[in-house]
This record gives sequence, structure tokens and C-alpha cells, in this order.
Amino acid sequence: MAQVRPYVRPMKGWWRRNPYFVRYMIREVSSVFVAIYALTLLVGLVRLTQGEAQYEAWRAALANPLSILFHGVAFLFLSYHAYTWWLVAPKTAPDLRIGKKPVPDRAISAGGWAATLGATIVVFCLVRWM
Amino acid sequence: MKRSHEPILWALFGAGGVVSALLGPVLILVTGILGPLAIGLPPDALGYPRALAFAQSLPGKVLLLAVISLFLFHAAHRIFHALHDVGVHGGPAGMVITYGGALAASFIAAGLLLTIGI
Repeated sequence: MAQVRPYVRPMKGWWRRNPYFVRYMIREVSSVFVAIYALTLLVGLVRLTQGEAQYEAWRAALANPLSILFHGVAFLFLSYHAYTWWLVAPKTAPDLRIGKKPVPDRAISAGGWAATLGATIVVFCLVRWM
Repeated sequence: MKRSHEPILWALFGAGGVVSALLGPVLILVTGILGPLAIGLPPDALGYPRALAFAQSLPGKVLLLAVISLFLFHAAHRIFHALHDVGVHGGPAGMVITYGGALAASFIAAGLLLTIGI
């Protein structure tokens, strides 16, 4: 009797076959940088509670070229995360309407990108001048 | 019927996604690049007295806890599901590591911010 051998499409490396899924994976990987950065801040908070010398040691570690390099890469990933987050925001946002007309998807995304830009300027000015 | 915990985790993921989309780039720029290199910022912008005063203020406490906790819940959700997508099925143990880790770090941050004074 002939043996039934159903074809099972191999799934290994599925996301590398399509640029859409490659972008999806880059977006998901951005969260690793989100996590590492949050833990870096948590360590800084721990050091802050321990005293001035400990906190300044943490700051010195952040001035290490490898740390600067990491933060440079993390900045690119976080920026990509911000870009994609607002790009898909129209799909997750509630039904927004002006009068009876639904707000166009592009307007929702543009509002998000503008909000990120605004927050960036506000935070920088607060740290610089306050 | 067993109720799903997914809405709570998704809400935390979504909140973390919004906060990290708004503040992630600028925070990394300020604390990780411009601050340490003292480019565009005074050298003591992130110095001990300012950092302590910030962590002792109510807005500072709220912001630090929100950023640390929500960033981690956001990342936990994405890492857990992305690992599933590449064939690593974490199951309950994976959830304990990702979401549990975010929860533990949130409690640590909250405890530190409560004890650092006002």
C-alpha cells in the first residue's frame, strides 16, 4: 500500500522570504532594545538610591564608547518602533470621526508622528533648560 | 469559563508601545548619547543632584515608574510572541520569564521610588 506522505511546507526562516515579514521582525526586535534600555534606567535608579559615588559610576559607565554605540543603535530601533507604532495606529485606534466623516488613516499616523516629534523637543528642552 | 488574561497584557503592551513611541527616542538620545558626551546639554544635566531631585519629585517618580514598567511590559509581550513566531514556544514558563520579569522589575522600581524620599 502506498504510504501517504503529505507535503508539509517548511517553516524554517519563513520571515526571510518576504520583505514585509523582514520589516515585521525588525519591528519586533526593537522591543529587545526597549527592554535593555528600561533595565539600564532601572540600574541607574538602583545606583541613585545607593549614593553619589555609585550613581556617578553608573554615569561613567554610560560614557563608555561601547555604551554610546549601544545607545546609538537603540536610538535607531526606537525611532523605527515609533515610526511603525503610529503607522499601524489607525488599525488599533477607536472609530475616530470629525462630524460624520471618519478621520483618514494617514491623519492618525501623522498625528502620532507629530506627537513623538513634539515630545522629543519638549523633553530635550526640559533637560537642557530646567 | 476561564477568563483570558490577554486583554490586561495587551493593554500593558499598548500603553508601553505608546510611551516608548513618544519618549523612547528622546530618552535614549538624552541619557545615552547627548548627556554622556555633553553635546547640547550641560555636563551636570544628568548629575547626581538633579537626578536625585527628579526621582524625589512626584512627576519624576510617575515618569520613571511608567517608563521602566511599561517599556518592560511592552517588550515582554513582543518578545514572548516573536519567539513563538520563530518556533520557540515559551508556554507558561516563557510567560513567567517575560511578563513575570516585567512585573518584578516594576515592583523593584516602585519600591526604590518609594524609599528614595520626597
